[in-house]
Amino acid sequence: MKKLLMAVALFVTLGLNAQTKFESAMQSGLAKMKESKTADEMNATASFFERVADAEKTQWLPYYYAARNYTIAAFMNPSADKDKTAEKVNALIAKAEAIEKSNAEIFCLKQQVAVMQLTVDPMSRWQSYGAVASEAIAKAKAIEPNNPRPYLLEGQYLMNVPEAFGGGKAVAKKLFEKSVELFGNYKPASALHPSWGKEQAGQLLAACQ
Amino acid sequence: MKAILIFTAGMMLACLLKAQVLVKGTVRDNKGRILAGANISIKDSYDGTMSDSTGSFLFKTTEKGNALLVASNMGYKTMELPIVLGTDSVVISFILKEEINELKAVIITAGSYEASDKKKGTVLKALDIATTAGANADISATIQTLPGAQKVGEQEGLFIRGGSAEEAKIIIDGTVVNNFFYSSVPGIAQRGRFSPFLFSGTVFSSGGYSALYGQALSSVLSLESLDIPEKSELQVGLSPLFATVGLQQVSENKKSSYGFSYNWTNLAVYQKLVPQAPDFFKVPDFHTADINYRFKTKKNGVFKLYAYYNSGTLGVRNPSLDSIGLWNAFSLKNQNLFTNVSFRQFLGNGWKMNIAASISYNKDEILTQVQNQQYQAVPKTNIPVIDQTGFSLNAHQWMLQARVVVDKRFGSINTLRFGTEVWNNSDSSRFQNINGFFPSKVNDFYTAGFAEADLYITNELAFRPGVRVEHSSLLNKMNVAPRMALSYKLGKNSQVSADYGIFYQTPERRYLINQFGVDFLRADHYILTYQHISNNYTFRAQAFYKDYVSLLKTSNSFPTTVSNAGLGYAQGIELFWRDRKTFKNFDYWISYSYLDTKRDYNNYTALVQPTFAATHSGSVVLKKFWVKNMFGVNWSYNWSTGRPYFNPNRSQKDFLVDRTIGYSSNNFSLNWLPKIGKANAVVVLGVNNVFNERQIFGYNYSGRLRDTNGDLIRSEVNPPANRSFFLGIFLSWGVDRSQQNINNNL
Repeated sequence: MKKLLMAVALFVTLGLNAQTKFESAMQSGLAKMKESKTADEMNATASFFERVADAEKTQWLPYYYAARNYTIAAFMNPSADKDKTAEKVNALIAKAEAIEKSNAEIFCLKQQVAVMQLTVDPMSRWQSYGAVASEAIAKAKAIEPNNPRPYLLEGQYLMNVPEAFGGGKAVAKKLFEKSVELFGNYKPASALHPSWGKEQAGQLLAACQ
Repeated sequence: MKAILIFTAGMMLACLLKAQVLVKGTVRDNKGRILAGANISIKDSYDGTMSDSTGSFLFKTTEKGNALLVASNMGYKTMELPIVLGTDSVVISFILKEEINELKAVIITAGSYEASDKKKGTVLKALDIATTAGANADISATIQTLPGAQKVGEQEGLFIRGGSAEEAKIIIDGTVVNNFFYSSVPGIAQRGRFSPFLFSGTVFSSGGYSALYGQALSSVLSLESLDIPEKSELQVGLSPLFATVGLQQVSENKKSSYGFSYNWTNLAVYQKLVPQAPDFFKVPDFHTADINYRFKTKKNGVFKLYAYYNSGTLGVRNPSLDSIGLWNAFSLKNQNLFTNVSFRQFLGNGWKMNIAASISYNKDEILTQVQNQQYQAVPKTNIPVIDQTGFSLNAHQWMLQARVVVDKRFGSINTLRFGTEVWNNSDSSRFQNINGFFPSKVNDFYTAGFAEADLYITNELAFRPGVRVEHSSLLNKMNVAPRMALSYKLGKNSQVSADYGIFYQTPERRYLINQFGVDFLRADHYILTYQHISNNYTFRAQAFYKDYVSLLKTSNSFPTTVSNAGLGYAQGIELFWRDRKTFKNFDYWISYSYLDTKRDYNNYTALVQPTFAATHSGSVVLKKFWVKNMFGVNWSYNWSTGRPYFNPNRSQKDFLVDRTIGYSSNNFSLNWLPKIGKANAVVVLGVNNVFNERQIFGYNYSGRLRDTNGDLIRSEVNPPANRSFFLGIFLSWGVDRSQQNINNNL
């Protein structure tokens, strides 16, 4: 009896811990993400998610957040080596995709990486990376038509494209409106799933008025 | 109660297991440099951190017992060290080994300039060719703004570092293009036949090129055609000079595409608007059609087929220098066919195969005549100089090629390449003049094998040894040509390289009819390069020495015999600077070449500077683009010192001592990309030689008429019009072609 109780106690404690360990790590990671203001902090958060991802091996979300944070950090730091970051991020995306096939959020990430690489030399990278970006968004929309983030990202991208190239505020505005509308009914699959963008969509829409 | 106690004890034990241990240390590379931002973690746990700006790290872990501490950093080999997590803190120092990596490694340039959008170390972007003022979207004219390439106004071709046009080979997808330029017209340089929009990559090597190519004493220009285009489109182009229509259809899954285009060029309208110095009695008139078909195979293989056909006629007349009131008329009928099939396939395990084959055909029908005031052929005058001017020539050229190159990657980025190629050239011509009828036929079967390796000893040091073995059936001779390139990286963006190679070329076949014992021509290259390349700046300095060990020499006797007794040298310094950053939306490059070259070849009577070489030359190319208005303005300035010309009034010992005036030309072009209805338009206006500067490329001398001083009279060789214009509008439906011009603002 003693032994049994001891074993149960150990099992319950460790087991409970094990069950919530991933979730609590993810929650603390998401909290860190909210607090991160600088590129360095973003990178630290990214590396945290990367550790979680590499330890778990079967969860795509930590890979997703690691990739996302590295990407944002590179966007924030003008002197970051964006091609190098892209190489790293694409490796993380590939790992995420191996676990979670055809997910709209992953295609959104792919678009962000392509846009990041495009900004290195827009004049000559437009054709190749621009195509990759639009293709990723098209796929994201096809997989999950009610996800507001593909519209937000597309709008954000086109907002910076000159009107003569099919971009501009008017085009972006329509996409932000669509995104805001979708955010109205949007519920992430869980507390750990991506939920960002609502506020941003509202702000960008306001900026287009 | 006891049970509860035990339960609590168990809980406590479980929690105790989670007591924290401190792990700290440093991360450096094998050169002792601090590595900041390295990921440190305990394998299969969440615990870890990133190294800080001093390369140190510190974190707490609840893991216990034996564990692996992992350090990883981009560009370095990940390292795992076993640690024991007990009660004491753990101190570890990591020394990470650098990974040999394409992004970081030194670039083996072998002295070449690349225009491509993807590869690193490129100096020019593909789009630059279309937006260089004065070049009128001609690939070779853009190449002429780079150091090492000379502007020779009266003749088409690439004249590289003291080399003649014959010494440069132009290659499309691995196969040589025999007639890259439109057929020669005396005194008027012709354009290249192919649009820059066909190609995604251009590699211009001004010397010391790879063992993969041969048969060029000076230089190789290698063009790589597009794979599958992004989108389907219909294109229409209109200009006072030409009309063109093209369709490109891409399959829905983007795995295959086909297309065709047709172009009609006729200069009748243009020549009315812009008076030409010579009398074009047959206005240049060309019809061009091409087709392409491409598909992707599994594993990223690509099959490409391209076929080009062109036919053209022109006739041009200049006053005869040999008799007052007579004309020399030249007329040309040309037909040209170029086809290329190429197939590229990854075979797995680092193996890649490239196969290419090509058939090309060219036919020139040339007629020259001495004409009277009524433009009728004059009968025999019994004045040899005049009677011998008239001739007719029908020349046919067939060339068949096949080529296989195999790539094997090993140990990260080292590459071994080897392959073989065969060419079959058959030329036949029928020449007729007052002295008789001279048919000729010459055939050469050329075979070559080659191998080279890119060896990265470290990220800083790379070595490329190569060798090429060639055989020509016409010469019945074989050669072995070693090549070598060594590159060393000095800093993040700068590197030095040294290149050496032996280059052989079969003499022009027309000299080899009924000749025996002639060997390959040979030039040895020695090149030193320093370059600094970042995304926005490029600086490049090169010094070279080219030893023409063997050039063709023709005898003065009749019948002419040829030998390998010709020789010469070329040496010089070249500088290139490009800046795309300092001024917003403004891009410019500057190039300068110093060339010291002499040769004794063909019928030269001494070792002298050849007619196609200028001592100093340079270019400034400026490009400004306004995104908001979709408007671009481009300017270029090309300059060179005078070139030698032959003056028969001089004594033999003063062979080629005279120099023309220097060459100077300012060129302007603007492009505007509006949207017209549903079409994306590109409007291009270009003016070459804006300031109407006087351009003299050389002189033609009379064979018999003398002036009052007793000197043979002469006429200048000038461009057909000193100032030339281009206006064109290109419309495309389906794809936004103007996207190509998207700007840095994005």
